[in-house]
Amino acid sequence: MKPAPFEYYAPTSVEEALATLQSLGYDGKVLAGGQSLIPAMNFRMARPAALVDLNKVKELFYIKPTSDGGLAIGTMTRDSVVEKDPLVSERFPIVPYVVKHIAHPQIRNRGTFGGAIAHADPAAQIPALSVALQARFLVRKQGGERWVNAEDFFMGPFMTVLEPEEMLAEVVLPPMAKGSGASYQQVSRQKGGYAQAAVISVVVVDENKRCKDVRVVLFSVGETPILSQTARKILVGNVPTAEAIAEVAEKISKDEVDPGTDIHGTAEYRRHLVKVLVRRGLTEAFERAK
Amino acid sequence: MAGKYVHQSILRLEDPELITGNVQFLDDIELPGMLHAAFKRSDYAHARIKSIDVSEARKLPGVIGVYTAEDFGDYIKPGPLQVPPPTAIKGATYVARTTMPIAKDKVRFAGEPVAIVIAESRYIAEDACDLIYVDYEPLEAVVDLEKALQPGSPLVHEDLPSNEAGHVRQERGSWEEAVKEADLVIKRKFFINRNAGAAMENRGIIVQWDKHAKQMTIWCGTQSVIALRNQTAARLGLFESQVRVITPNTGGGFGPKINTSLPDDVLITYLAMKLDRPIKWVEDRRENFLATTSERDQVHYCELAVKRDGTIVGLKDFFYHNTGAYNPYMMTVPLNSQTHTVTNYRVPNFLTEFYVVFTNQMIVTPVRGAGRQYGVFVMERMLDAAARELGMSPVEIRRKNLLPANAYPYYTSIIGQDFVEGVLDSGDYPTSFQKTLELIEYDKFVNEVQPKLRAQGKKVGIGVACFSEGTGVGPYEGARVTVGGNGKVVVTTGYTSQGQAHYTTFAQIVADQLGVDVKDVKVITGDTGYFGWGAGTFASRGITVAGTATHLAAQKVRQKALKLASKILEAPEEELELADGVVRVADIPSKFISLGDLANLANPMRGTMEPGAEPGLEAVAYYGPPYGATGAGAVGLIIEVDPETMQVSLEKMAFVHDCGTPVNPMVVDGQIHGGIQMGIGDAFYEELIYDENGQLVTASFMDYLFPQATDMPKKLVLGHMETPSPLNPLGIKGVGEAGAIPIPSVFVQAVENALQETGVEFDRDTLSPSRIFTYVQQAKGA
Repeated sequence: MKPAPFEYYAPTSVEEALATLQSLGYDGKVLAGGQSLIPAMNFRMARPAALVDLNKVKELFYIKPTSDGGLAIGTMTRDSVVEKDPLVSERFPIVPYVVKHIAHPQIRNRGTFGGAIAHADPAAQIPALSVALQARFLVRKQGGERWVNAEDFFMGPFMTVLEPEEMLAEVVLPPMAKGSGASYQQVSRQKGGYAQAAVISVVVVDENKRCKDVRVVLFSVGETPILSQTARKILVGNVPTAEAIAEVAEKISKDEVDPGTDIHGTAEYRRHLVKVLVRRGLTEAFERAK
Repeated sequence: MAGKYVHQSILRLEDPELITGNVQFLDDIELPGMLHAAFKRSDYAHARIKSIDVSEARKLPGVIGVYTAEDFGDYIKPGPLQVPPPTAIKGATYVARTTMPIAKDKVRFAGEPVAIVIAESRYIAEDACDLIYVDYEPLEAVVDLEKALQPGSPLVHEDLPSNEAGHVRQERGSWEEAVKEADLVIKRKFFINRNAGAAMENRGIIVQWDKHAKQMTIWCGTQSVIALRNQTAARLGLFESQVRVITPNTGGGFGPKINTSLPDDVLITYLAMKLDRPIKWVEDRRENFLATTSERDQVHYCELAVKRDGTIVGLKDFFYHNTGAYNPYMMTVPLNSQTHTVTNYRVPNFLTEFYVVFTNQMIVTPVRGAGRQYGVFVMERMLDAAARELGMSPVEIRRKNLLPANAYPYYTSIIGQDFVEGVLDSGDYPTSFQKTLELIEYDKFVNEVQPKLRAQGKKVGIGVACFSEGTGVGPYEGARVTVGGNGKVVVTTGYTSQGQAHYTTFAQIVADQLGVDVKDVKVITGDTGYFGWGAGTFASRGITVAGTATHLAAQKVRQKALKLASKILEAPEEELELADGVVRVADIPSKFISLGDLANLANPMRGTMEPGAEPGLEAVAYYGPPYGATGAGAVGLIIEVDPETMQVSLEKMAFVHDCGTPVNPMVVDGQIHGGIQMGIGDAFYEELIYDENGQLVTASFMDYLFPQATDMPKKLVLGHMETPSPLNPLGIKGVGEAGAIPIPSVFVQAVENALQETGVEFDRDTLSPSRIFTYVQQAKGA
C-alpha cells in the first residue's frame, strides 16, 4: 500500500496553482484534504502523474458572510472548521449537523468542504448538501472563471463538470428562505461510516403552513445526489399532511432511487430505508419550518 | 489467594513508556543497509501458473532481486505442521497439506505469493511487483463448504481423492437411546461465518545475518519465538543457538501471529543470508486481510433431544469446518467448537462429528475464541429453540441443564485441542448465571420494563447465555528469576506479549514471593537470547501456565535466599522473612541483609562453594498442567431494535466471569472488555466475504467493519466469581478469550426477543440490519 510514483507541486497562490494545472493538463490532480485521494493512491486505484497540493494556498481557506445573508466558503476550508463556525450555525444550522456525520474528527480536521464536492463520491454528504442548499460553485482556471449550480455539477460517481485545468475555488450558499426548515436522516452501519441511505430535506412553508418549496436530496442510493421531483409535485402548494408525506416517501423509494445490493445491505433493504428516511426527514423538516 | 500484589489492581507497569511513545515497534527499527521486501500475490483463488515474467521488474532501478519458486530450488517445500494431528482421538483421520512459502505451479488462494521483490525501498519493491507478469490458467475455485465434498468438485490439492482434510467423531452414551427417551427432538442448521484477527499492528519481520559471527537475528511480533527460532534453524541448517528471535513491542496478536514457516519468515531469512543485507517486510492492511490466517466458516446440523420439562437427554451435532487452502494448524479450531458444545451443560448422551474441508480460501487458524464461541453458539441456539418449542423461558431451560456446583471435577468424555479428555477442574455455573440475571435485572425487565416499552411501540429485547472456556492448556512454559547485585529482579520467559500486561502481572507474582517492590521487577518476554524454551502465546494460557512457572521459579529463589541468609544472619530459616528488598530476622529489625548483597554473596569470585550449589540468586522453573483450567461465566444483554430500519442499539450488558484468582483484577476487566468488543464485532459487524470465484471482497476496513468504541453497550456491568483452580498453586484460570465467546449467542437471542411478535428465528450470527430485515420479511411471508 505505497503509491505509484508521482510528481508533486505545492503552489502558494491561486494563480500559481492554476498555472500549474494548466501546464499539467490531464496529468494534474488537485490534492485538497487527501482523505479520499491518498488512500486511493495507496491502494494504487488512483495513479495521478502529478499532484497539485493546495494546502499552502492560504487564500482558499475562509468562510465569509455574503450581503444577502448567505455564505461564501473557500474550497480548502476544513470540514471541522465549517462544523464549528458560529456564522455557519447561525445561517445554516443544517450544515454543521450534516458535517458531523462525515467520518471521524481526525478526518474532518483534514478533509475540506470543496474537496469533497470536487471528489463527487456518491456516498458523500457535502455534494448532496450543496444540491439541497442550491449552492453555486466558482470554478476557476488560468485566465478565466465560471459559475456552476450544484445541481448541474455532478455527472456520475467521482465525475463532475470540472475540466483538468480547472479548480473549484469557492462555494456560495444562498440564504435560507423565510419559513424554511431542514432535516438530515442517515443510516450507516457504524458511527462515522458510509451511509447506506441518506436524505437531506429542506422545506419552505408560507404563513398558512402550506408548502412553498421542498428540496429532498438523496444520496448513497444512486450515482450522484438525487434531487426528488416527486416531492415537489406532490407537496408544493399543499399542506404537508402525514398522508402526503407518506405518499412522497413511497414514490421516491420506488421511482427515484437506484440503490444496489452490496455486502452491507440488499437493494430491497436500502429502498426500504429511503422510504423510512424520507418520511422521517420531511416530517421533521416541516415541524422545524417557521 | 491474595498477596501484597497478587489480587491487586495495580496500574500497568508498561503503560508510562507506551503512552509516551518511548518504545520501539517493529517498523521503528532501522538497520544500516537495510533492504525492503514486497510480495507479488496471486489475483486468482485457484489457477495454474503457466509462466512468470520478472524481466521488467528486475530492470527497475533500486531493485536488488526478484525471486519466484524456481529461484529457491529445493528450499521451497511445504512447511512443518504447527500443531500435531489428533491421533489421540480414536478413529480420527486427517491429511496434512501445509503452507507453501511461495506458490509453485499452482495458486490455491487469492493473495498467495508468487514472487518476492527485494529493493532499496518498499516503494520501489511495490513498483516492481506491478511489473511482474504472471500467465495463469484459471481453475474453478472451491468456495462452498458443503459442495466441496461432493463428488466432481474441483480439488484444492489434486493429489488427494477429495477436499476432505480430516474427520473426527466423538461420542458418549447413545444418541439412539437419547432419542427414544426424549419427548422432543429439535433439529436446526446453523451457519458460522469467517472473521479476521485484525490486530492493530499488522505482521512484520526483520532479518539480519552476521556472516562473521554466523549469527542470525530476527525481529518479529510473533506469538511464538521458540517455534520461529527452531523452524528457522532447522530449515537453514543452523544450530538453534545461531538464531535469536526478538519480539519488539507488539500491537496485538489475537491468534494469527502464532503461525510460523510462513512465506515471509521462510523467504526473508534465506534472502538475508544470500544477499548479506538486513531485510524488512512490514505487512500492510490489505495483505493482512488477504494473506494472514483468519478463522472458520462452519455449517452445523444439530439435533437436541429433550424431555418435556426441558432436561437435555442428548445432542447430535454434525458439522463441516473450512480449513482454507492448507491446514498447518490441524484441528485446534474445530476441536474447540466440538468440545464447547457439550461442556457447559449436562449432556448425558452426545454424538458429535465433523469434517474438515479444504477450500480456495485463506488458511484457518485460531482467532481469539478459537472456535469455542461456535460450540457455545450451537448449544445456546439449540436451548433457545427448545425453550421456544416447549414454552419455557430461556432462563428456565438453562437453569435446568447447567452443570451443578458440586459437579467438579467433571469428566467431559471428549478430547480437546490438548489431546486429553477435558476435565472441568472447578467452577460454579449456577451461581454465575444467577448473578448475571441479577445484574441485568432480568425479572424486572421481563415483567415491568419490557411490557411498558412494548406498549409504547418500542422493540426491546433481552438475552442470556452461558459459556465455559477451556484455557491454560499444556504442554508447558518456563521462566527464570534472577536477583541482581542491585537487589532488583529480572524475570525472563519464552512466552511472548502482545499487550496483555505480562510485564505487570508476572512482576506481581514475583514481588510477592521475594518481598520486593513490584517496580523493581523487570520482565523480559519473547527473546530467545534470554530464554529459549516454551510453546507460545495461545489458548488463554499466559498467566495460568507461564505465570505459574514464574511463581515456581520465584519460590525457588526465595528458598535459596532464605538458606543463604540463614547462614549469614545466624538464624534459622523459619525466623526469617523477605520484605522491603531484604531478608531479616522477624523479631530483630536490625538484623538483615539486602537481597542485592545476598545475590553477590551467592556468586563468590574466589574461595570455594558447597558441592552441588548453584551460583546466584537465580532459578528456572517449568510448569505443564495435566489438562487445562476451565474458566466460565454468563452474560445478559438488553437491546433495542428500530422497528423500521432494524438498527440495533446495545442498551445494557452484564457479564459475570470466573477465572479463579485474578492476579490483577483491573487487567482481567480489560481482557473482558476487549473480548466483549471482539464478540460484538463477531455478532454484528465482522465478516470476511469471498465471492463465488474465491475473491475476498472485504480486503480493507472500508468493507470489513470493525467494532468501534461507539459500538460498545451503553452500560456495561462486570461481575466476578472466584472458584480457584486446584491445578496450580495460585488457583488461576485463563481469561484472554472469555469476553468474546458468548456474545454472538446472547446478541442473536436478544434481537429475536425484541422482534418476538414477528416470529423470526436466526440460524446465524453477524446480524447486520439488512440481514435482520431480510429474516423478518421471510418470517412475515412464512
